[in-house]
Amino acid sequence: MEQLAALIAATLSAGTPLLLAGIGLLVNERSGVLNLGAEGMMLIAAAAGFAVGFHTGNPVAGLAAGALAGVLFSLIFSALAIGLATNQYATGLALTLFGAGLSAFAGLAYVGKSVPFKSTFEVPGLSALPFLGTAFFKLHPMVYLALALTGLVAWVLARTRAGLVIRAVGESPESAHAIGYPVRLIRVGAVAFGGACCGLAGAYLSLVYTPLWVEGMVAGRGWIALALTTFATWRPWRIALGAYLFGSVTMIQFALQAEGVEIASQLLSMLPYIATIVVLALISRNPAFIRLNMPASLGKPFHP
Amino acid sequence: MTAPAGTPRLALRGISKRYPGVLANDNVSLSVAPGEIHGLIGENGAGKSTLMKIVYGAVRPDAGEVLWDGAPLPAHSPAQARRAGIGMVFQHFSLFDTLTVAENVLLALPGVTDRAGLARDIEAMGEHYGLPVNAAQHVYSLSVGERQRVEIIRCLLQKPRLLIMDEPTSVLTPQAVERLFATLRQLASEGVSILYISHKLEEVRALCSRATVLRGGRVTGTCDPRQESVASLSRMMIGAEPPRATGAARQPGAALLEIDRLTMPPLERTGKALDAVSLTVRAGEVVGIAGVSGNGQGELLALISGEDRRAPPQSVRLAGAPVGGSGVVARRAHGLAFVPEERLGRGAVPVLGLHLNTLLTHDAGLTRGGLISASAIVALAASIIARFDVRTAGPTAAAKSLSGGNLQKFIVGREVVKQPRVFVVAQPTWGVDVGAAARIRQELVALADAGSAVLVVSEELDELFEICDALHVIAGGRLSARIPVAQASVERIGALMGGGAETEGAHA
Repeated sequence: MEQLAALIAATLSAGTPLLLAGIGLLVNERSGVLNLGAEGMMLIAAAAGFAVGFHTGNPVAGLAAGALAGVLFSLIFSALAIGLATNQYATGLALTLFGAGLSAFAGLAYVGKSVPFKSTFEVPGLSALPFLGTAFFKLHPMVYLALALTGLVAWVLARTRAGLVIRAVGESPESAHAIGYPVRLIRVGAVAFGGACCGLAGAYLSLVYTPLWVEGMVAGRGWIALALTTFATWRPWRIALGAYLFGSVTMIQFALQAEGVEIASQLLSMLPYIATIVVLALISRNPAFIRLNMPASLGKPFHP
Repeated sequence: MTAPAGTPRLALRGISKRYPGVLANDNVSLSVAPGEIHGLIGENGAGKSTLMKIVYGAVRPDAGEVLWDGAPLPAHSPAQARRAGIGMVFQHFSLFDTLTVAENVLLALPGVTDRAGLARDIEAMGEHYGLPVNAAQHVYSLSVGERQRVEIIRCLLQKPRLLIMDEPTSVLTPQAVERLFATLRQLASEGVSILYISHKLEEVRALCSRATVLRGGRVTGTCDPRQESVASLSRMMIGAEPPRATGAARQPGAALLEIDRLTMPPLERTGKALDAVSLTVRAGEVVGIAGVSGNGQGELLALISGEDRRAPPQSVRLAGAPVGGSGVVARRAHGLAFVPEERLGRGAVPVLGLHLNTLLTHDAGLTRGGLISASAIVALAASIIARFDVRTAGPTAAAKSLSGGNLQKFIVGREVVKQPRVFVVAQPTWGVDVGAAARIRQELVALADAGSAVLVVSEELDELFEICDALHVIAGGRLSARIPVAQASVERIGALMGGGAETEGAHA
């Protein structure tokens, strides 16, 4: 029983960076911009966050630095893909390659170092509950923040004018321009939000999840977050579902490996990816539903 | 906001705009007084749409200035234009397909937060002006006509001081046009200025107190259209009177297109169900289907074209062959040619050149062993362009670079040159000027003269009366009995059309 509670807690922790990045990229893509630079932004933010956390000894400063690094990096993307209307796919890929190289270079001095931050906090009163306490109330605040952000984004997109404008810009930038919305400015804002979220996710990885710096430590999570947005048909709560599903299968296969199950570890390592894609593909197989949710202008440059 | 008396609400001075290959506006000046309904008429490509986009701030002129209440609007943008009180109903709609009607309207109304109240306002406004809409419906499920209603309602809710209407009546019943005109006159009497762009000269004569005529980007005349005749306006616009479509007396032959008691639920949840639709088109005749859009035309056309293959095989027959379950290509092999009402995206691929768009419905002689013969498709496209007088930069120009009317001439031409046995066309002259429309109608009649069966779905009654041998009216998914044109009148057809429109709003 206690084992299951620990597994749930580990799942929530492992799913959090994917959820953070996925929610950011969802807003990004709802405005019609596809930023394949997610992986690069997360790497840069992981390095920047780690460096600031290491020197200040303050995890909040580290997380903030990560978010800021993500925003700055996303602005490079915006300047090219939105300002100069370059191809979004090529620009994003370039950003990912650039981020991988730059983070490895900037992180050289920190290889093998670690930060002494606590990765769990007990919620007063609730953490003593049997089972529930271990499963849900001894986690890092970022886990709750990511969930709160999901709810906020879902609400903003569905219920507020700001969300409506973002969806409208992603649906038809020409029409949005025609009725007077500053399409490019709105897109820069959405991309910056995506950068901030990816930055938080990257810094969470290097400061909380595995509190040490290793080159390339994001390990493809940026790509998974990008895939999640599509398979979740651009719906916030489905991203949460996908992120936690990925986290849980990751944890289960670790447990299986530790138990010495007679399956090649390489096959087990594939499980989280396959499980996530199969489940999300199944729940989003209704073409009318995809049509209704997919931003029609996704990936297409807009010339006013 | 206060301007001395006599100051025009809107004045354009020396507006010029050049696009690659064409001078769209050449030193254009015009002015609109408060409360004036000003007509802007001209052929396709005469520069009307460009001029209106300049007024609305969506396009920047190369030279000239836009004066609003006597003061220039320097750094002009659509947002600024709307704040100043300029509203525009676009010909190519600026709607968001995946959003609901209410959300589309909300986007254009800054400051509105009460969504439930807005939905009520939208439906009340629609009711008041005879433009019924369902505020909760998604725009992608609406027909072209219904989308235009949304555009008009969205504009009126902004309480504009200048209303620009780009070909607004082409999708309305005659009765609804009368209601709209009454609305526009009322708005004008309340001090709203209206710029009314139309190719329907009768409407301009009935509605406008002043009109500016554009030809080739230049102003060729300003007149009081009430003092002019359709013929004199036509001469100003195209330099000649449009010919009426005339055909030889024909003997109808064998039934080439038969629809037999076709009943079908809609594909889209918000579509119209067809209820026991039957019709026959014989060789050598033109049959028309009149009706306000959204009454089942789209569903019926999809079942005829083969895009929707759910029909029982025997309920759709081409030259006697049951094709209800066959696909588009199989039906084309039976001699069917189809022109849908959406030109971009369904009739043509916007980003591809005209020559490549030609290839979409032509095969014979254009490919060899799967390889495209570039010279053959360019030559075919060039011949269509020449025969149908399509104004374009050339046979390889992208489809989206053409104005609506010119693209329509090309798409109709692409199908007509195949001499199809059965030709089905939706809204053949929607948004097309008089000269081009006459041309298209003449081709439809000529096709019937040559022995084809032609089915025309249109909301323009004048057009149906001019070219058809018999009419049906579609309303609420039901098709009326066949009415020979000799026994039809605008009043009778209009009443049948309205019968369906009144039951609208009950579905959802």
